Amino acid sequence: MDILAWTYLLVGFTFALYIGIAIWSRAGSTKEFYVAGGGVSPLANGLATAADWMSAASFISMAGLISFMGYDGSVFLMGWTGGYVLLALLLAPYMRKFGKFTVPAFIGDRYYSNTARTVAVIAALFVSFTYVAGQMRGVGIVFSRYLEPVLSSFELFGLDNTGKGVVIGMVVVFFYAVLGGMKGITYTQVAQYCVLIFAYMVPTIFISMMLVGTPIPQIGLGSSVEGGGYLLDKLDGVLTDLGFAAYTSGQKSMTDMIFITAALMIGTAGLPHVIVRFFTVPKVRDARKSAGYALLFIAILYTTAPAIAAFGMYNFLDSVHGKKVAELPTWVQTWQKTGLIEINDINNDGVVQYTNDAATNEMIIDKDIMVLASPEIAELPNWVVGLIAAGGMAAALSTAAGLLLVISTSVSHDLLKKQIMPNISDKNELRAARLSAVVAVVIAGYFGINPPDYVAAVVALAFGLAAASFFPAILMGIFSKRMNKEGAIAGMIAGLAITIFYILKFKFNLFGGGDASTWWFGISPEGFGTVGAIVNFVVAIIVMSFTKAPPADVQDLIEDIRIPRGAGEAMDH
Amino acid sequence: MNPNKTPQQYWKRNLRLLYILFSIWFIASYGCGIIFAEELNNFRLGGYKLGFWFAQQGSIYIFILIIFVYAALMNKLDKEFEVDE
Repeated sequence: MDILAWTYLLVGFTFALYIGIAIWSRAGSTKEFYVAGGGVSPLANGLATAADWMSAASFISMAGLISFMGYDGSVFLMGWTGGYVLLALLLAPYMRKFGKFTVPAFIGDRYYSNTARTVAVIAALFVSFTYVAGQMRGVGIVFSRYLEPVLSSFELFGLDNTGKGVVIGMVVVFFYAVLGGMKGITYTQVAQYCVLIFAYMVPTIFISMMLVGTPIPQIGLGSSVEGGGYLLDKLDGVLTDLGFAAYTSGQKSMTDMIFITAALMIGTAGLPHVIVRFFTVPKVRDARKSAGYALLFIAILYTTAPAIAAFGMYNFLDSVHGKKVAELPTWVQTWQKTGLIEINDINNDGVVQYTNDAATNEMIIDKDIMVLASPEIAELPNWVVGLIAAGGMAAALSTAAGLLLVISTSVSHDLLKKQIMPNISDKNELRAARLSAVVAVVIAGYFGINPPDYVAAVVALAFGLAAASFFPAILMGIFSKRMNKEGAIAGMIAGLAITIFYILKFKFNLFGGGDASTWWFGISPEGFGTVGAIVNFVVAIIVMSFTKAPPADVQDLIEDIRIPRGAGEAMDH
Repeated sequence: MNPNKTPQQYWKRNLRLLYILFSIWFIASYGCGIIFAEELNNFRLGGYKLGFWFAQQGSIYIFILIIFVYAALMNKLDKEFEVDE
């Protein structure tokens, strides 16, 4: 079978599987819709959290980013895993003991204030919408790359192929997120993790065997290549010869490395769609263990990614740079057609030169190519290519579904049930949750089809906002009995405001704009969430010390959250 | 209630464990992976320079260990203070 047939088959099969699971696990009550009934095993929740967390960007783009950043790419690896330590030790067990359905519910109850609840809802909606638009776009891009002939064969509202891909993705997500709620999402995410990790590992294991003769990429990255010499040393050598920085040493300042890593860690721990996953396990001890499983499953991909990154760069330097244009490997020619690899023989000598100077560089590689082309580089059969397509879609869909759930519960539970219509019946609340999920899918789809031209900046924004708002508010809510509503609200607003200001200024050129030379303390916008979080803490503590302590019942609530016994089921009292 | 087994004592012990584990967390990532990475790069682990290894591999393995150690020790602490589920 050819590549297209395999892709068609594997993507079709996985979609059918997800929809089948959705129908099997239809949610019958708000509790099932919001927290899967609270009966998910720690292992299943760990798998689901891993899929929830790893987005299209983790799957398709991260390895390629590291290829070109080398050591500097470590910020993503440490930032997006180290956040789980914060989550597991500081938030998850206590949030589980608290036992409600959403993050704004915790903020609203702990800070005995609907204003705090509303600030949290707005922040949750903002973070989740910015993030989900990128996921829908990711689904569209994977579709258009792999299933181009199928998409070109029909007309749909005059959309281009990526747009059609987004619509198909919307229909699939609609099915299992709207029907199944958290219950449907949990079990589809378990399946999606298996699909995506299998798809990621198979080509990498083969490339590692080819290049360094060991099947374990984590060991392969530190091994020597055929003909002698460690892979990383050779990479350093070739890159410095070509005028680039050495692969294993950094370009970023130490301060910026620290702030970006911290912002990604704090942001990870503050993302509502990750936190809510820990409401679904039965006990506090399950929440602790489940966070460990989640990081273990995430780490399989995250420790493999730097190997793909280095292998990919090595392959390019070895088989493209310095080779005759007419004699390039077939996979280079295949991917040239998609525009992801561009070869321009500028000096007409018939040989490709890769240099650190735009005027003489003859090879332009899109970062996504490192993962997308990996099956062809390893000369693997066609079904592996189809597998990568199914894996990329699994990564994008699972994250999109988790985000959509946060959006719909924020609206139906934290706005409607808790504020506007307190007497709404469970059945009607469930209806409202489904309806808001539908609206959210449509809005996310719209942004996926008409992406704002700042998609790349959006990730910095989502993490920065989560870091500057949720993490400090939740942390102080658990670890300080004295923190009151005035402090928490002032802290969240100050943290959000300064982070939004900084990112708008340096990423979107508003408020006079600016560039790297005018960054405050040399901190890039990506790392500014750390400053936002610090501002949140400081403002909250100052305001708190001038205002009165929380009422006695809230102090009792904190005492209760700190002790595991009596967790019971996640419930809405 | 046993005066040595109050919720306050439980909380203190929990915080002490957190201080220790977060020190390890900080040293593994910010310490070995960033601040002292250059110095550590003078040492090697196979083909890896050590600082680079911490930044792209080692810190992640240590994070996983931290969470599982935390879960195990907290479960033990819960039993000791009779606050387990």
